[in-house]
Amino acid sequence: MSAVTDRTPTALPGNALSQSVRDSLVVAKRNLIRMSRIPEMVIFGLIQPIMFVVLFSYVFGGSMRVGGSADPSVYRNFLMAGIFAQTVTFATASSGAGIADDMHKGLIDRFRSLPMARGAVLTGRTFADLVQTALTVLVLAVVALLVGWRVGSNGDTNALRVLAAFGLLLLLGYAFTWIGALIGLSVRTPEAATSGGLIWLFPVTFISNAFVDTSNMTPWLRHIAEWNPFSATAQACRVLFANPGASTSSAWPMQHPVWASLLYSALIIVIFRTLAVRKYRSATA
Amino acid sequence: MPGAIYAEGLVKTFGDVRALDGVDLDVPEGTVLGLLGPNGAGKTTTVRCLTTLLRPDSGRAVVAGLDVLRQPNEVRRSIGLSGQFAAVDEYLTGRENLQMVGQLYQMRARAAKVRAVELLEQFNLTDAADRPAKTYSGGMRRRLDLAAALVVSPPVMFMDEPTTGLDPRNRQMLWEVIKELVSGGTTLLLTTQYLEEADHLAHEIAVVDQGRVIARGTSDELKARTGGERVEVVVHDREHIPTASEVLRGFGKGDTTVEEHTRRLTVPVSGGAKLLAEVIRELDARGIEIDDIGLRRPTLDDVFLSLTGHMAESTDPDGGPGADARGRKPKTKEEAQ
Repeated sequence: MSAVTDRTPTALPGNALSQSVRDSLVVAKRNLIRMSRIPEMVIFGLIQPIMFVVLFSYVFGGSMRVGGSADPSVYRNFLMAGIFAQTVTFATASSGAGIADDMHKGLIDRFRSLPMARGAVLTGRTFADLVQTALTVLVLAVVALLVGWRVGSNGDTNALRVLAAFGLLLLLGYAFTWIGALIGLSVRTPEAATSGGLIWLFPVTFISNAFVDTSNMTPWLRHIAEWNPFSATAQACRVLFANPGASTSSAWPMQHPVWASLLYSALIIVIFRTLAVRKYRSATA
Repeated sequence: MPGAIYAEGLVKTFGDVRALDGVDLDVPEGTVLGLLGPNGAGKTTTVRCLTTLLRPDSGRAVVAGLDVLRQPNEVRRSIGLSGQFAAVDEYLTGRENLQMVGQLYQMRARAAKVRAVELLEQFNLTDAADRPAKTYSGGMRRRLDLAAALVVSPPVMFMDEPTTGLDPRNRQMLWEVIKELVSGGTTLLLTTQYLEEADHLAHEIAVVDQGRVIARGTSDELKARTGGERVEVVVHDREHIPTASEVLRGFGKGDTTVEEHTRRLTVPVSGGAKLLAEVIRELDARGIEIDDIGLRRPTLDDVFLSLTGHMAESTDPDGGPGADARGRKPKTKEEAQ
């Protein structure tokens, strides 16, 4: 037994930032391996948005009026940006549940006793969730195409703009996983993190322009919807996808949706990452 | 020069609960300190403070020559922690778990890989190396958890109730591993509720109750403090009790206690085995038939009882004394065991 062997020569050099990135990647890899070994979680994560696409397209599609048109295909093209945006925010729940589970099982204690970068456990988790979100968005895009969604259905767009839209979606999803991280560190059980990560998402995603034209809402509700960070991303996607229903509101986020979406996501990351990392440092199982 | 683990006046309160009420410790390098106490005595909280997981409200701690409050990250490089419940990722294989921990100790990926193979071999987990830890038995998980704590062969180790919930065979196995580790020069702080475990593994024992160290010393010193050895006799026939009592009085150093219904007589003595032989001869000469006789040394249970006035194993976590001074935050009730 080599209890006194000095292993420092194998230690990696480097500054705090490179250590932080490296540690985050180690943790991200761990979470991705986990996800690959619990495929049912990933599959359920895929079924839900598909169900929303089908339900909204076919159940609501016939009675929805968007931009003055009652054509179901117009609503379908309008709807998709909203579903995409809603789907990426659902990563909040899985991120929160994962971290709560790590707390519960004592893994956070293990990590906190290691000489690793402070935020790496959470950053690694959010990276892994981002990969899962990207996968979900990809599958969803295929399903959307199958039910008749087309980019450029209401004007001109190009590949770059479409990719930019997906970029904004992933950024929003990434930002929301930090909210999930904070929730995961704050609750006692993974179950609480799952429901705590979802409940508030319903008002956030429904009091928005995701599924309906906000011009039909009562004024005060419309104001909330138009300033909702979530609406900014949905609006930005509609503009970039050149899909119908882009709002004509004069509210700043609706006039500059791409900037608003970027700004909101960055703000959410800064605020919630700071809070979550602080919480992590004092976390006790 | 303080030892490898040194603590002075550690205080930690959770709300109204004073989990640590001024804990002092000093563990010389290369020795094992057993932190012994019931649930909620403050053992886990002490370990959490010393391993940088919890910031004490006041007090000072030095581990491996490093100030725990001022140099937490340096401390983390020099310690290994093995928790109360096996903190391994159950969906990762044993190998993946150890590699991950190695990399997070800042080893290069290749070095972490090599080290994982060594540890799997050492802890007899090679056959299970590529199975998810979920499929491991309780004993295997503990071994993996311990292996994870030893990835960088840290000079100072903390083990929080390493054998709680293990069957005797696995406990024995883990004890062997721990002894081997200590013989290699590692300083170890071990918490346990098992008096036998502290007796077996620790050079020195600190008895903790309600957030304070109430006694310390070697196992023998603590036992001596409780009073010396006793002769215990169970006579076959109830009618022989008075005669036997008279015999014992002749050898004893104090009052003989008699339990009528179990026909058991106990008397404090000094003189060990030789005296025991004399007692047997004398009882035999008087024609007293005995069912059982023995020289009884105080167990750590007796020590605990005499020090605290209550038994060490308060099996009911909500009822026992000190239950309100649980080491962990009260919110994780189910984990307080």
